[in-house]
Amino acid sequence: MNEIDIQRRGFLKTTLGAAAVAVAPGMLLFQVAHGKSEGVSSKVRWGMLIDTTQCKEGCNDCVTACNRENGLSGETKATDSQWIRKIEIKDVSNGRELSLPMMCQHCEHPPCVDVCPTAASFKRADGIVLVDKHRCIGCRYCMMACPYKARSFVHEPLTDQNPDVPRGKGTVESCTLCVHRIDQGLKPACSEACPNKAIVFGDLNDANSEIAQKLRSVASTQVRAELGLNTGIRYQGL
Amino acid sequence: MKKLFFSLLLCLCLPAWAAEAPKLDIGKGGQCVEDAQWMRKNHMHLLKHGRDDAVRKGLRDDKHSLKNCIECHASTKDDSAIARDDSFCVSCHRYEAVKIDCFECHSGKRKSAWLQRNAK
Repeated sequence: MNEIDIQRRGFLKTTLGAAAVAVAPGMLLFQVAHGKSEGVSSKVRWGMLIDTTQCKEGCNDCVTACNRENGLSGETKATDSQWIRKIEIKDVSNGRELSLPMMCQHCEHPPCVDVCPTAASFKRADGIVLVDKHRCIGCRYCMMACPYKARSFVHEPLTDQNPDVPRGKGTVESCTLCVHRIDQGLKPACSEACPNKAIVFGDLNDANSEIAQKLRSVASTQVRAELGLNTGIRYQGL
Repeated sequence: MKKLFFSLLLCLCLPAWAAEAPKLDIGKGGQCVEDAQWMRKNHMHLLKHGRDDAVRKGLRDDKHSLKNCIECHASTKDDSAIARDDSFCVSCHRYEAVKIDCFECHSGKRKSAWLQRNAK
């Protein structure tokens, strides 16, 4: 390597270094001045563990709490929104019966997000699958794609929504994991309402959280695990 | 000639002067989160950029949120920013003939009023 090359290399190094030193504090100050953090973090993954052995047949408290929190009518006609529903299942070979709540499973690889033509259906960094209703055009592809039948379409004009839960005609909606409550540091309404504490809510990624510890110690299942969606909602005793 | 010119000018100016500015019920009012004149011009940008941050990143800017607008500007009579012709959002938007879609999904009422009605 001749001397000019070496000099040139040295010159470039110092210039780039000086540029970085000059620009970095400015970028930092810009972020400070705008007061914006990065938003929700992917270090967290919200999920729930539902203990079906503690879920009582005929008890509807989680559904009622969800309806009240999110301003749903509570009706179950074909055109009414249901974000969470209680289902009764029976193993016909031995007659074992179970009752459990079913809702959006907040998949890691959500099919509803894959099919959305307007990118309205999306997964937030902390694992919550949501509909951005500012973008939703009401095509209902996501309702077709969801293996859990978790989504509903709003058919009629609505009034008197919860100010924290905007809902409107012509858009698809589903369980938001009570995202407005999570952002305030609260638990989802269903989890809080369960009289038997059958719904444990928490951060799946935090090894010390109640839900992670419970997942380590008991056998749990993902509904339709064969689809490889890695759901955020897990069931115990299924 | 001069007289004619001035009367013509007066005729042209009159309608502008006669058209009444909208009278609005500003609710609680008080000190706005930004300068009032700036807000008249730019509130829509705050709401539009803020909504994507709030929905997609969970960055809820409580100060510049629609909910906070309504908290101050909903009428003290009916707790709503959209219920009547002179409600805060309605009166200006009707005057300017700008249709807003916000309230097809969002509530135009104070959270406290909603909680009162939907108490257990």
